[in-house]
Amino acid sequence: MLGKTAGGLFWMFRYLERAENTARMIDAGLRISLTRSSAAESEWNAILRACALDEAYFERYTTTDGAQVVDFLLRDMSHTGSVMSGVEAARTNARTVRTALTREMWEAVNESYMVLQRVLALPIAQRDLPRILQMIRQRTAYVRGALHGTMLRNDMYDFARIGTFFERADNTARIIDVKYYILLPSVSMVGSPSDAVQWDTILRATSAMRAYQTLHDGDTDPRSVTQFLMLDGRLPRSLAFCYNKILDNLRYLEKDYGERHLCHDLAQQICRRFEVYDIEAIFDYGLHEFTNDFLRESAQLGRQIEIDYRFSE
Amino acid sequence: MSKSPKFFDEMYGRTNTARPPYAEYDAWFQTQDSARLREKSEEAAALFRLTGITFNVYGNEEQGERLIPFDLVPRIIGAQEWARLARGIEQRVRAINAFLYDIYHRQEILKSGRLPAHMIAENAAFLPQMIGVEPPGGIYTHIVGTDLVRTGEDEFYVLEDNARTPSGVSYMLENRETMLHMFPELFSQIKVQNVSQYPRSLRRSLCACAPPACEGRPSLAVLTPGIHNSAYYEHAFLADQMGAELVEGHDLRVVDGRIAMRTTQGYKAIDVLYRRIDDDYLDPMNFNPDSLLGVPGIFDVYRAGGITLANAPGTGICDDKAIYSYMPDIVEFYTGEKAILKNVPTHRCSDPDALKYVLDNLAELVVKEVHGSGGYGMLVGPAASKQELEDFRAKLIANPDGYIAQPTLALSTVPILTDAGLAPRHVDLRPYVLVSPDRIDITPGGLSRVALTEGSLVVNSSQGGGTKDTWVLED
Repeated sequence: MLGKTAGGLFWMFRYLERAENTARMIDAGLRISLTRSSAAESEWNAILRACALDEAYFERYTTTDGAQVVDFLLRDMSHTGSVMSGVEAARTNARTVRTALTREMWEAVNESYMVLQRVLALPIAQRDLPRILQMIRQRTAYVRGALHGTMLRNDMYDFARIGTFFERADNTARIIDVKYYILLPSVSMVGSPSDAVQWDTILRATSAMRAYQTLHDGDTDPRSVTQFLMLDGRLPRSLAFCYNKILDNLRYLEKDYGERHLCHDLAQQICRRFEVYDIEAIFDYGLHEFTNDFLRESAQLGRQIEIDYRFSE
Repeated sequence: MSKSPKFFDEMYGRTNTARPPYAEYDAWFQTQDSARLREKSEEAAALFRLTGITFNVYGNEEQGERLIPFDLVPRIIGAQEWARLARGIEQRVRAINAFLYDIYHRQEILKSGRLPAHMIAENAAFLPQMIGVEPPGGIYTHIVGTDLVRTGEDEFYVLEDNARTPSGVSYMLENRETMLHMFPELFSQIKVQNVSQYPRSLRRSLCACAPPACEGRPSLAVLTPGIHNSAYYEHAFLADQMGAELVEGHDLRVVDGRIAMRTTQGYKAIDVLYRRIDDDYLDPMNFNPDSLLGVPGIFDVYRAGGITLANAPGTGICDDKAIYSYMPDIVEFYTGEKAILKNVPTHRCSDPDALKYVLDNLAELVVKEVHGSGGYGMLVGPAASKQELEDFRAKLIANPDGYIAQPTLALSTVPILTDAGLAPRHVDLRPYVLVSPDRIDITPGGLSRVALTEGSLVVNSSQGGGTKDTWVLED
C-alpha cells in the first residue's frame, strides 16, 4: 500500500469526523442561544475556541453574532474547519485514494458531498438549521456505515480508523479544555443554573447527553462529567475509548507489517496515562495542564504516524 | 426522423427502415414511451455523477468537474462489419509497431525512400534517445485507440492512430455498465458482445511485457499526473479495475537501478508502469527539465531493462499528422499487403503546391495542427466564419509545416434522443487495441463519440461532444 494512500485515508476520515464534530458544536451552541440569549455570545466564543477557529473567525469579524458564527462554521470555504470544507477535503482525499475504496464507500462520500454542496449553497435560515445539522450527521454516519459494511479489514481500514479516532479524541479534549473552568469543582458555582446549561453544551457537543443521564440518574456534577468524557471506556467519544481504538489499530498494523515503530510507543504512553490516572489524580495534577499535555502528545503522535508510515516524502 | 440524404445514417441508412444491425433495437424502441426514456436519460446522468465519471476541461478549472453527456441510443455494429474492421485495425497496429521498431533501429523505410528522411529527423515527436533501445517484449504501443469514421455502408476511414496515450476506455466500460443497469431487458433480447474483460486483458497484456529485471509475478502501477488531470477518473478507474497501484511522480524514485514506489513499508520495485503522462514530462533528467510530474532517472532505468513503460517513449511519432499521411505506405512496407482501412487523403501544407491548394479551398477543408489533439486548434472550413477563415489563413502562411488539411468527410450519423424524438448526429468510433508479444486483442466496440449539436462534425468531449454505448452484435 502506498504511503500516500495511507495518508489519504487517514485524512479523509479526519476531515469527515471534523465536519461531524463541527455540526455537533453548532447544535450545542444553537441550543444555548435558544434557551439563554444572555449567555449566547460567550458560548459561541467558546465553541469557536473548541473548534480551534477563534483566530480565523476574528480575522474576519469583530463581533460574535450567532447567525454569523453558524455560517462561518457551516459554509465558509476560506478555512478548513467548516463543515463544507471538511466534506470537500474528505472527498478530495477520497478521490486521491479512489483505488483503495470500495465502490460503495466512494459513492457514499461522493453523494454526501453532492447533497451537502447543494443544501449548503446558500446561508441556512435558523428554522432550517436543525434539519440541516441532522442531515450532516446522517451523511457522515452513512460514509462510516459503508466503511464498516464493505471494506476489507486490512491496513487500509486501520488507517481510516486511526484518522477517525485521532480527530475525535482531539475534539473531545478541546471541548474539555475550553470548558475546564466550569468543570473544576468550585464552591460558588456548583448547582447554579448556569452550570447546568454549560454541562448541557459539553454533553451535547459530544453526543453524550443521554448516555450520561442514563448512567448518572440525571444527577450532574462536574467531576462525573469529566470522568465520563475522559476515562469512561464505554463512551465512543471519550479520550480513553478513542485511544484504546488507536492503539488497537496501530497494533494490527504492527502485526500485519511485522514492524514496530516509535508511534506505537507514543500511543501506548498516552493510553497508559488514562489507566494510571483516575479523575481525582487528574484534578490534582490540574485539568487544564492534563488536557494540554494530552493535546501536545497527540499532536506528536500524529506527526510520528505520518513519518513511520511514509505518508509523504 | 428528419434525414439529410447527404449523410449516411447508421440506423436508417438512407431510407426509413432500420438497417439489419438495428432491426431488433428499432422494434424495441418503437414500443417505448418517450417520456420514460427521457427520465432514463436523467437517471443515467445522475448515475455518472455518483460514480464520479467526470472530467476537467483545461483552462476551465473554476468550472470544476463536468460530465460527458451520455446518449442512451446505442451505436450498433453488425458482426460481419466488425470482423472486417477488426482485420483492418490489427493490420494497421502491427504495421505501426514494426514501423516504430524500424525507425528506432535500422531505418529501412527511410533507406527505401518510401518515407522522406526529414519526416523523421526533423520531427519533434521523434525521440533520438530511443534509438537502439529494445522495449521489453518488443512492443512499443501496448494500447492503441484508432479513431475511425464512417461515410457509407462499406466506407470506413482512419482519422487518427492514437498510438501515444489513447484515453476514453473507461467511458466505453461505464457506458455499457449504465446501459446494462437501465435496460437489462434489451440485453436479454439482443446478443451484444461483451466489453467488460478489457481491464483483465489490459493487465495480462501489460504483464506479458515485464522487463528483464522482473522476478516472479510482475508488479504493476498506473502513473497519473494527479487529481487535477482531465482524465484522472480514468486513471483511477483502470488502476482499480486491474488491481494496480495508482502512483504519481512524487511516489516514485530510483532505488538500486529500479523504479520503486513509496509504500507504508518502504520502497517497493515496480515492473510495469502504465504511464498516462507524455514523454516530455516523464523524466526531468532526460527530457523536459521543468517537469514536476515525472521521475528523475526513469528513462535510464528503462533503457537498462529495469522497468517497462507502456506505451514506450517515442511512440508519439505515429500520432503526428504528417506521418499519418504516409500510413498507407507504411502498412504496405511492413506487411506486404495493401492497407485494409482507408486513410483520409491528406494535404501536407509543408509542400508548396499543397499549401496553395489548401489556401484556395480553405472553406471546404478541415485543417489540423500536425501535433494537435483533442479537437484543439483545428479549423472546420464549412462551419467557420469569414473571420475564422482569415485568421487561419494567416496561421497557415506563417507556419505551413505545422498543418495538414483534409477534405471534409461526410461523417455518418446515429440518432440521439432529443426532446423532439430521434435526431441524427455525427459520430466517430475509437476501438481499443491491446498489443502483447503473442497476440492482439481488440475489444468489440469501443467508444462512440457524438457531436450533440445539429450539423456539427466535432465530436471531442472537450468541445462539447457526448458519448454512446457501442454494440457489436454476436454472430
